[in-house]
Amino acid sequence: MRLAGRVTRAVAAALALPAALLALWWILTADSESYYLPPLSEILAAVDDVWLRTDRLSVDVLPSLLRLFGGFLLAVALGVSLGVAIGSSRRLRAFCEPVLEFLRAIPPPVLVPVLMLFAGIGDTMKVLVILSGCLWPILLNTVEGVRAVDEVLVETSRCYALRGPARLWHLVIRSASPQIVTGLRQGLSIGIILMVISEMFAASNGLGFSIIQFQRTFAVTEMWTGILLLGLLGFLLATLMRVFERRVLSWYFGLRQAQRGGSR
Amino acid sequence: MTSAATRAAPARSSRAGKAGRLTAGNALPGVAGFAAFLASLEAVPRIGLVSPDYLPPISRIGTALVELAGEAGFWTALGDTVRGWFVGLSIAVILGITVGFVIGTLPVLREFTASTIEFLRPIPSVALIPLAVLVFGTDLRSVLLLVVYASFWQILVQVLYGVQDVDPVATETARTFGLGRWARTRHVTWPTALPYVLTGVRLAAAVALILAITAELVIGAPGLGNEIGVAQSGGAVARMYALVVVTGLLGVAVNLLARRLERWLLSWHPSLRREVAA
Repeated sequence: MRLAGRVTRAVAAALALPAALLALWWILTADSESYYLPPLSEILAAVDDVWLRTDRLSVDVLPSLLRLFGGFLLAVALGVSLGVAIGSSRRLRAFCEPVLEFLRAIPPPVLVPVLMLFAGIGDTMKVLVILSGCLWPILLNTVEGVRAVDEVLVETSRCYALRGPARLWHLVIRSASPQIVTGLRQGLSIGIILMVISEMFAASNGLGFSIIQFQRTFAVTEMWTGILLLGLLGFLLATLMRVFERRVLSWYFGLRQAQRGGSR
Repeated sequence: MTSAATRAAPARSSRAGKAGRLTAGNALPGVAGFAAFLASLEAVPRIGLVSPDYLPPISRIGTALVELAGEAGFWTALGDTVRGWFVGLSIAVILGITVGFVIGTLPVLREFTASTIEFLRPIPSVALIPLAVLVFGTDLRSVLLLVVYASFWQILVQVLYGVQDVDPVATETARTFGLGRWARTRHVTWPTALPYVLTGVRLAAAVALILAITAELVIGAPGLGNEIGVAQSGGAVARMYALVVVTGLLGVAVNLLARRLERWLLSWHPSLRREVAA
């Protein structure tokens, strides 16, 4: 009984406010005459027409996602391998650090016009923009993680003659994985921003392109459906990332809990 | 909520240590690295690996930078960007701290807002661009909408962690000494949460700059981002690179400023005191 009560309470806590906010939005805009704020009922009704009954999902949303994943995966490969190299060599790190600090500080969206020069406005440009934005958080977090590998573990694995790929995988990558995953999460959220911006700035298809197109043609209801879809996409990707994090880092969360004496 | 990264406060000491070492012992290889970076940027277009039309040699970018510094319009644009960044960040900091403390100190509120916060936080702020354009046009308010939305969540989440981190023994002790709710917030919760708040401010400061420049670039609000767009469409490539360099320098300045603020406000904190001793 008590367990059932707790579960009900948790569900209520999770759903109450979102439901209340949606209801509020629905009621407040129900007979909204405002041009910018069409009734929520109309927006939701338009979702079907705008996104589901047309080929927009395959023509706009899918290419956007593919570009995002392409750029992100390249950034992961490049960021982790460079990060491991830079993180494990003190000399290399001292050599690279100021340059990396500067490159990281450049706001990634300004790379859109820069990369447009090299790669036009096609898919290559967008993948490159996403790659170059996601790279820095992944790279720098990997460097930090690799740098902070526990000395005792390093000595231990040397005693056990662990070397080569096995050492890399079981010692270095594993120790650095909490930071690497942090980098991945930061990189992913920057990647989404860049996916949208690169399409808003110059494109012929994509989610960002259709949203900005709706806005330019003053199709406000359609624009709202796009905003909602984009928000939902951001939320879904963040959730996927968290599931991934839970799986990969379960050992780490357990370790931390144990270190804190299970006080939390 | 318990992700490794957003709990950045405990990891702060190592990062600050890195910055400290960077200025002290390892300056020479760093300078050499930067020089090598600049030299390769000069060489790559000169020997024709990349067309100088796309990547002008760094010397030409430097000349463009000097020219920029002589233009009044450039300084106005820089001022616009900094203003959008600062005003937006300040609003987000005040809002984030207030909301965070109210939610964080009332467990019921925390329980009932958690799902909403987790849902709203990952929504990319750029989704608001079309709305901002329609409602505010190319006004400063468009920039502020994006900047505030993006940086608010960074601060709110850190404040929530910070308020949760309060040592129950300290709270009980304060209660025993007869401290009221307000005094407990002031003398127990606030000092505990401050490192988290400042971590949030540091993260938010970087995000706010990104969004300020994005808004200018995409919406066309006045500022450095807009200047970059204009230079790009006008084919002024060296000028565009010079502006990109300026945004990078601005980013470095923002990071340094945030770290300085952190060190200054947290000089009493054990994590920093240990670092000085070590």
